[in-house]
Amino acid sequence: MPIIHYIEPNGAEYEIDVPVGHTVMQGAVDNMIDGILAECGGVCSCATCHCYVDEAWFERVGEPQGAEKMMLEMVVAPEPTSRLSCQIRVAEELDGLVVRLPSSQY
Amino acid sequence: MMKQRVIIVGASHAGAQLASSLRQGGWQGNILMIGDEPGAPYQRPPLSKGYLSGCEDSEHLLIRPAEMYARHGVELLSGHCVKVVDRAARQVLLESGKRFDYDMLALCTGARVRRLEVPGVDLPGVHYLRTLADVDAIRAGLAPGCRVVIVGGGYIGLESAAALCKRGVEVAVLEVQSRVLARVTAPQVSAFYQRIHAEAGVVIHTNWSVAAIEGEERVTAVVGADGRRLPADMVIVGIGVMPNVELASQCGLKVGDGIWVDEFAATEDPDIYAAGDCTNHPNRLLGRRVRLESVPNAMEQAKSAAASICGRRQCYDAYPWFWSDQYDLKLQIAGLSEGYDRVVLRGDADTGRSFVAWYLRGDRLLAADCINRPKEFMVAKQLLAGALPVSVERLADESLDPKLFLKTEKN
Repeated sequence: MPIIHYIEPNGAEYEIDVPVGHTVMQGAVDNMIDGILAECGGVCSCATCHCYVDEAWFERVGEPQGAEKMMLEMVVAPEPTSRLSCQIRVAEELDGLVVRLPSSQY
Repeated sequence: MMKQRVIIVGASHAGAQLASSLRQGGWQGNILMIGDEPGAPYQRPPLSKGYLSGCEDSEHLLIRPAEMYARHGVELLSGHCVKVVDRAARQVLLESGKRFDYDMLALCTGARVRRLEVPGVDLPGVHYLRTLADVDAIRAGLAPGCRVVIVGGGYIGLESAAALCKRGVEVAVLEVQSRVLARVTAPQVSAFYQRIHAEAGVVIHTNWSVAAIEGEERVTAVVGADGRRLPADMVIVGIGVMPNVELASQCGLKVGDGIWVDEFAATEDPDIYAAGDCTNHPNRLLGRRVRLESVPNAMEQAKSAAASICGRRQCYDAYPWFWSDQYDLKLQIAGLSEGYDRVVLRGDADTGRSFVAWYLRGDRLLAADCINRPKEFMVAKQLLAGALPVSVERLADESLDPKLFLKTEKN
């Protein structure tokens, strides 16, 4: 099972096994990592699951599209590797993925 | 110090978030979550959307897998109804007769459906839509070509209509007011949704008041107050919800429209907190008390309640927002439009499928209904949170990037 690394703004790091096909958001919520809120439950409606994908991984994860891209423009403190974690589906190629969580989701 | 126990009543969105935030907040004691439905807390919003249409399965609905609660030291007691809160003994009493001691109590009791009170409403084939069991019963009763009549043209009714279209059934919606969504949107938004549903083949009847439901062994028709009769193989009633305040009121806590809490989710009893649809809280940004029916409200208020229980002060101070998915339309609503005196449209509501309705009172923005306009939604939230000035001309001007609304009016 791929391992995803979540890094909280305070530096706390979690290594979480996330099943293939689940989203990076779900991995955080399942494990009670509060830096990801996911108020809409993963339908790309709230932008409260914002994360920064580690630069080394960004190409593999890919660019945001459509509604996600438009909402990311307006989140608090967007960065070039910002993504909504509900839109990142975990695959074997993402084993080891590192995402940092923002200090606020709104 | 002895380990202390928090009991969360309600295995809901609020309850699930409270448990998680207690652990994240460093709560070392026991957490017992008691819910009256079977199983672990699940997402309610998809019930009238993807789950009803059959696109999602029930496992997908769980907020997190059941075993994750135990892994984080949260004991989940599902299928049990709390009957009494005994504040003097600091105990909850279950219907089964079991008692549990608490040190801190969190009421996340949610809301229940408003019942339609007409003859025939208890006939088989008449459903409500609030719980997973409700929707499982609806799904089991559907057959291709069957005629479904939905009572109530609010969000639940309209989302259900859109979801049912995907299942190849005939859908009619009955709305007692002169337009759908009358309580929450402007006439332009109502007209837009009526057009979209008509295009999808849903028949919407407005000014339609239900007098009775007919049938022998099961429902066969809905009868209007004016005698009109609509044949129906199934009826789904979606006419709103009421907060579950009985546990709170029976133990002497203040209730109004909801369990009375402060901005820290605290009731008058320092050991009892409450969060979610069941509460009525003072909202500083709105300048009044409100009771909200939404997942964001449940989650953010639960976070405040958890912080309070952990001994920190975290004000619940958020603008309400909501969403509704129907067909290919993503509606995101920021703020509460109640009390508006002006609506400004951005985009074409008459023929298009993407626009914004901005609600203003005087010069002040109160809310925005954003249909397939995620960027405007994000901007609206920030405009509201910052109480930023807006200009009607600019809000309507499609040549401007909505991002500019957040800057001063000069550029």
